[in-house]
Amino acid sequence: MADEPPISKAELDARFSELYRRHLRDVYSYSYYRVGNHHDAEDLTEQTFLQAYRHFERALRESNGRPLRPWLIRIAHNLAANFYRDRSRKPESTIEDAGMISSPHTTEALVEGREQLKSILEGVSHLPDDRRTALIMRFALGMDNREIARALGRTDGATKVLLHRAIRQLEGMVSENPDGTGEG
Amino acid sequence: MSAGAPDFESLLREALSPVEPPADLAARTESALVNLTELAQEELESWELSTMRDPRNWVRPAAAVVIGAGAGTALVVLRVRLRHRARKQQSSGLLDLAERTISDIAEEARRLLPDR
Repeated sequence: MADEPPISKAELDARFSELYRRHLRDVYSYSYYRVGNHHDAEDLTEQTFLQAYRHFERALRESNGRPLRPWLIRIAHNLAANFYRDRSRKPESTIEDAGMISSPHTTEALVEGREQLKSILEGVSHLPDDRRTALIMRFALGMDNREIARALGRTDGATKVLLHRAIRQLEGMVSENPDGTGEG
Repeated sequence: MSAGAPDFESLLREALSPVEPPADLAARTESALVNLTELAQEELESWELSTMRDPRNWVRPAAAVVIGAGAGTALVVLRVRLRHRARKQQSSGLLDLAERTISDIAEEARRLLPDR
């Protein structure tokens, strides 16, 4: 295999800058829904881009032109796992703030809508890690099955099954606990 | 609640809305990442011994020496600079400030770049 010419520093920086601008919100959203608070999400986002920058040239070479978002989210995913391991703690249950602040609601729909969303987010926080992660990638980041599969190191088929089971489990949890109190 | 699959997925999408990062995070991370290695390289190249006679000039070349080997060290510079004011208030003089800063750089580099 012939060696490819090295990518110039300027080109590398320009491409990383583009990756950063395009996916900052993705990384932050993923981090936020994993750790449950803005302070730790900021730290996790910074660390993710730091790691990504360190390995960017190799990732570019090995990507063969495929999008780098799954690689980036995988970094955030691994760092989040380390975050829990290092601090021996689970995600906080305060993620209900995010969706409800950013989603406009009006009049009577407000109360019912908030309860539904609260119930869903409560359920998400109680899912097994792999299912919760898959749902965050799909619904918060809009990743398709193939992207999620790459980010999680699974096959497309296994990812499809994982998502299906996650949604079904969550739906069951929400129907059992529609007021989102997290009890029972 | 009795929701069919399409409705439930819509609710799930709404519940897990994307979260906008704080503006200050975007600004500081972007500027640090984009400028990092160029900053370190320029400072190493322009490092002249004569400037080292003044302890006020020790800080930036020291940072460049620590981080100059490669990419991904923006946050070392960023974090060290963010704490400059606190160090300045704690320092008894310029020499003390320089020592505190160099120590801080090394600590940040160890923390953020553990395999260097």
